[in-house]
Amino acid sequence: MKKLIYLAFVLVTFASCSTAVIINEETPSVDTGVNPDSWAVIPAGPFYYGMHALPESIDYDYEMMITDVTNLQYSNYLNEALAKETISIVDGNVMGFYPGEPFDNYKHEWEIKAGDYLHMPFTEPGCHVKMLDGKFTVDKGFENHPVVMVTWYGARAYAQFYGYRLPTEKEWAKAARGTDLRAYPWGDEINEHCTNYGSSHNALQRLYGGNISRTTPVGYFNGTTYEDFETIDNRSPYGLYDMGGNVWQWLSDDYSKVHYRYMRGGSFTNYEYNIFVWARNDAGADFYNINIGFRCARDIVKEEPVVEETETTEEVAE
Amino acid sequence: MNRFNYLFTSTKGLILTAISLVAIETAIFQTLSGPMVEWGIRDLTVKWLGMDLNPAERAGRIIMLYHTIAMAIVAIEVYMMTSVVPMRKHEQKNINLLVTVGYIMAMVFGLAFAYWGHNFAFHGLFLVGQSLVFFSGVLLAIAFNPWKKEYYVTNKDYAHFKSGMDMERMAFFVMAVAMLISAGYGAVTGSFWANGHETFLAEDLIRDPNKTHLQKAIVGHLHIMVTLVAVSITLVVGRRLEFKGLFHKIAMPFMIVGTMVISGGVWSVVWSPNAHTFIYIGSIGVMFSALMLVIYSWKKLIHDNSIELGYDKPNIFQKLKALVHDPLKFGPTWQMVFMNFTVSGIGIFMAIKLEDIFRVWPAREERITLTGHWHILAALIATIILMYYADIAGIKGKARKWFGWVMIIGSDIAFASMTIYSMKRLFIPQEVAQQGLMNTTMLLADFGLGALLVTTAILLGWRLFDLFKGDGVWKKEAADPELKTTRTSNPVLNLKKENEFNSEGGEQ
Repeated sequence: MKKLIYLAFVLVTFASCSTAVIINEETPSVDTGVNPDSWAVIPAGPFYYGMHALPESIDYDYEMMITDVTNLQYSNYLNEALAKETISIVDGNVMGFYPGEPFDNYKHEWEIKAGDYLHMPFTEPGCHVKMLDGKFTVDKGFENHPVVMVTWYGARAYAQFYGYRLPTEKEWAKAARGTDLRAYPWGDEINEHCTNYGSSHNALQRLYGGNISRTTPVGYFNGTTYEDFETIDNRSPYGLYDMGGNVWQWLSDDYSKVHYRYMRGGSFTNYEYNIFVWARNDAGADFYNINIGFRCARDIVKEEPVVEETETTEEVAE
Repeated sequence: MNRFNYLFTSTKGLILTAISLVAIETAIFQTLSGPMVEWGIRDLTVKWLGMDLNPAERAGRIIMLYHTIAMAIVAIEVYMMTSVVPMRKHEQKNINLLVTVGYIMAMVFGLAFAYWGHNFAFHGLFLVGQSLVFFSGVLLAIAFNPWKKEYYVTNKDYAHFKSGMDMERMAFFVMAVAMLISAGYGAVTGSFWANGHETFLAEDLIRDPNKTHLQKAIVGHLHIMVTLVAVSITLVVGRRLEFKGLFHKIAMPFMIVGTMVISGGVWSVVWSPNAHTFIYIGSIGVMFSALMLVIYSWKKLIHDNSIELGYDKPNIFQKLKALVHDPLKFGPTWQMVFMNFTVSGIGIFMAIKLEDIFRVWPAREERITLTGHWHILAALIATIILMYYADIAGIKGKARKWFGWVMIIGSDIAFASMTIYSMKRLFIPQEVAQQGLMNTTMLLADFGLGALLVTTAILLGWRLFDLFKGDGVWKKEAADPELKTTRTSNPVLNLKKENEFNSEGGEQ
């Protein structure tokens, strides 16, 4: 009998560890002072790519958002897109058209045909974008957190709506690492003061509560001290925040034979080896999760110098 | 025999030394990952030991670490095999000497190279160590030669060919040769990449549709090496449990053919799209053979322990009690059964459901499942070795029961929890709702592994303490160094030469 009581005690103890969690519970608003509408220029030139630091080069300048797209930015986009009817709402999901992809009929390859695909399941827990009275809005306190629970289709649609695009793996890698051999966007060391990753749970939960580790506002780790918690400025050499940690970032590349969509940067659920600038993740384009977001890239349109034709002709004649 | 000779020349002492070195290595290097990082333990270890952990070299370090542990495990199995399989004493001595020097060199210099900066002399000595282990394997395969007439079975209860050739010896021989070829796969590919230090972990290649031949060879190498280590320990445990009779006769042909087919299947991964068909067929052979051992040993345990417990005609509950009466005898085969739930079954399930489930998950989650899959297999093999060691160390009474049950229950709770953790998306698709399951499974895994490690530490602490005694257990083991077992052949009887063989004539 004693043994049975002991066994029951042990079972109850372990069962009690399995408490329900509420990810959407309110979080305090934190002003980080970082403007998510800002962009950084990444200049053309050589850089080191991947874990083995192979020499690579990008031969054009481009721009990338200095933070991930926030919940507020995404919810504003949804309202605009809904008004212009580029997206639709079906059973609590944001859906949108995608033209499909070439199919190689390779082993394990999915065929992605033209059609409507899931962008965001906004009624699911974990999604901080909600619909109230026909308008998209954001859970209180999460306005400047990175948008999550967005599929690759949803990320692409956002970028396309504003004339941007998702960065390629190489563009992302250069923006994160710069031209040296660093392991993380901010340097070679990592700890809970640098970014929101698998080992920051204790520090961040102490500050912001919640039964589950969650995102932090974009640009949170910028050298500011919040209460007694000091952060280190985690900007990459080109001034991009959170290129390691917080949320994985969808990228644009579509490789032949597979249709996985790649992600970089690691997230708040991952240990440090996922935060390295060369760490990759991937999933189906219709996958969404509480730790996947994105940021956009765009080309730099250089204005051509206006030259009068007659003047040129005269110069040549001289 | 003094303590040094006991630890470095006798079978039981050599096993103790290797287990102790692996335990020390594990104790130090497990502080470098997981929750140890956020608890600040890793920083202490790194600072205290002056390690150099360049992030870009993490994959290379892990590969070196795995290899240093694997060399020691292979050495332990070699010591067991050279004791329980009849061979000449000088063969046993040479093999054990080479593998001992080899694994210690590989361990010391491999770790020094990986964690304390790049001194290329260390890398060279690491390779020398591995080469010595390989060469000991060549000698082992030669010693296992089943065609030698002196090793033909003298007792027809053991599986044998018509000529009298010992099938179990053939199974050991096939395993040893397969392991040498498989090690060669690793050596060739290792030479290609390691010379340029372009190391990578196989689990990072899983979704790449354009794997090169050398990348495929690496994936094959790691799979077949762990498989053959499992085959080897199954054969050794069979000997310990005095495997013979009808089940032995059914099991051995399956083990021989299964080992050959699975090895050939894995090697052909490099060039054949049908390799997995051969791997599945070979796996069935090996697993069926292990099943025969399980059935035989459980029948035997029920029979022998019923007599010990005084059951004349035991009912079903008494049979069950008799089966689990001695956890150190029951444990190794139970772990083989348990392996099906947490390793083989999961592997097959993943292969079948690959497109429906796993390729829809993020790669990092599939990676967790894959790494968990083979970590659990390796750890289960470790528990079998530890239980075998505790058995030969002669633990008795309550200590025997406690050690055995903590080993079985602790590891099974931990590995079942890790399996559920790694497959959590199957049960709870939404990650947001997984936290409760994750908390519970992680806690259970920590609890199980903690119990396992503490028990092992107590066992090794006892053996360390014993070494300081003038007339301790070590003295008795030094006087009787070989593992007690029945042997499948009796070369003394065949050749009528005494004092030449490790088994002193063999017992049948």
